Amino acid sequence: MKLTGKVHKFGDSINTDYIISGKYKFKTLDMDELAKHVMEDLDPSFYSKIAPGDFIVAGRNFGLGSSREQAPLVIKHAKISVVIAVSFARIFFRNAINTGLPLVVCRDAGKIDAGDKLEVDISAGVIRDITKNIELKAEPLPPVMIKILQDGGLAEHITKHGGFEL
Amino acid sequence: MVGDTLGRTISEKILGAHSGTDAKAGDIVVAEIDYAMGQDGTTPLSIKAFQKMKGERLKNPDRISLVIDHSAPSPNEGVSALHKMMREFSEKTGCNLYDIGEGVCHQLMPERGHVVPGDLVVGADSHTTTYGALNAFSTGIGSTDLAAVMLTGKLWFRVPHTTKIAYKGKMQKGVYSKDLMLHTIGLTTADGCTYDAMEFTGAAVRSMSIDARMTMANMAVEAGAKAGIFECDEKTLKYVAERSKRAPKPTSSDPDALFNKTIKIDSSKVPPMIAKPHSVDNVEPVDKLLDVNINQAFIGTCTNGRVEDLKIAARILKDKQVKKGVRLIVAPASKGIYLEAMRLGVLQTLVKAGAAVVTPGCGCCVGTHNGVPSDDENVISTANRNFKGRMGNSKAFIYLASPATVAASALKGKIADPREATQ
Repeated sequence: MKLTGKVHKFGDSINTDYIISGKYKFKTLDMDELAKHVMEDLDPSFYSKIAPGDFIVAGRNFGLGSSREQAPLVIKHAKISVVIAVSFARIFFRNAINTGLPLVVCRDAGKIDAGDKLEVDISAGVIRDITKNIELKAEPLPPVMIKILQDGGLAEHITKHGGFEL
Repeated sequence: MVGDTLGRTISEKILGAHSGTDAKAGDIVVAEIDYAMGQDGTTPLSIKAFQKMKGERLKNPDRISLVIDHSAPSPNEGVSALHKMMREFSEKTGCNLYDIGEGVCHQLMPERGHVVPGDLVVGADSHTTTYGALNAFSTGIGSTDLAAVMLTGKLWFRVPHTTKIAYKGKMQKGVYSKDLMLHTIGLTTADGCTYDAMEFTGAAVRSMSIDARMTMANMAVEAGAKAGIFECDEKTLKYVAERSKRAPKPTSSDPDALFNKTIKIDSSKVPPMIAKPHSVDNVEPVDKLLDVNINQAFIGTCTNGRVEDLKIAARILKDKQVKKGVRLIVAPASKGIYLEAMRLGVLQTLVKAGAAVVTPGCGCCVGTHNGVPSDDENVISTANRNFKGRMGNSKAFIYLASPATVAASALKGKIADPREATQ
């Protein structure tokens, strides 16, 4: 599956409080509503800049902090197709895969700039920066996560197999 | 194979015992869960995921607690609806519910006897690492993972490698386990132990109370770790024997266990530490920050809201007054702690000194209510996170410290060295 879109760039250590602040997330389960506040403390107009299918590209330890699943959900509901980062925090990594938000680990994510147009092939693990005309390699996801992602998320995996089938 | 001759870590042993495998770091296992927990910020999404999985019955209703602590009592109608959803779910499925005022989930799980040594525990909250203080493997998960545990009683894990942290020596007077942990996170950095378990050992941690160990295990996740585990000793066994009927399964790493790395720390050289805005690994000794003005001081949370913490603060604040213009907020971590602090006269001392005591819960720390700072204000807090916006205002600045440092700072209106206040 090849996805194309433009890049929104963030730095290192983007924590779950930045992704969706605690002052909003505890109030509602309406993720489309919460999505309007995605990254608000870092960039108040971020939501309005997103075109469906765009990418977030970030540095190290993306998603550190709380276990709130609202974090990957609001990114997904803000119509971001994939998050690409140098590394991810553990719980966010699981939550994203469990809720069907694809993640790409790429050591060279720093070479990508804001506004670049990308073509991302998740299964092949290849990121093509069309603006810069360069190709970057992604690290493969663990097979267990690919299985969950292919089923559409953990709820779908459990329903399909009647339990864990990893 | 060389690997077969090596000893095993606590994490490998616990995950192995719960999956019926000879688990080694890096393996993927599906393991039986001894106990699972969700709070009011995460459980509503778990209930939705459980319904999506077409779940009707909980696999083990007696091994699940739901805790209403993050916005408790409810500050608005949106939250009230989510609380109602949790109460109805508990009623319908027969799992335990701790309602408002009972306390913070990470205090209730150990305090009410839900965790014993050797257990495998998960919680839909990142600070679930706290129960490592009781020699359990406990880790934070998301809402959908919790739903899977509710339905199947199991969860998949990647068996972590282990970083061993050895603390030699004796801590100075006025220095506490919080300072030791802030110092440690300064060394590892916020992602230095990502995917690892941390194992805490050495003379300094052996001499610590269980309360003090919980502070450190609680913050293991701030170094990115999956778990933060202590060895089991007489203190651990006494703590659980007073609270649980279940048999403990003390678990220790073999002498020839393979560790990812070992960090050695001389505890006698660690001063009172502060984590500066806006990250937990941005640490500095307290004496470098003595000119920082304070508007609000907060003592509480799953990190430092226990009886021992409140006693330390009361000793510093006894017969004194908080500096005019400083707001001191105190949240005992549970109803049990609230009652004990009342019985000991600790709360009287704190209130007389100027403290506002709020309902046991997470509110002030996590920015839902009970003490949201104003723009440009500085807060000194005993919590575990100082991210921008964490306490509900992205224009405020949060400094993290021990209860002693927070109490001493509340008196001065500036960041203060607790070693002076206790003299």
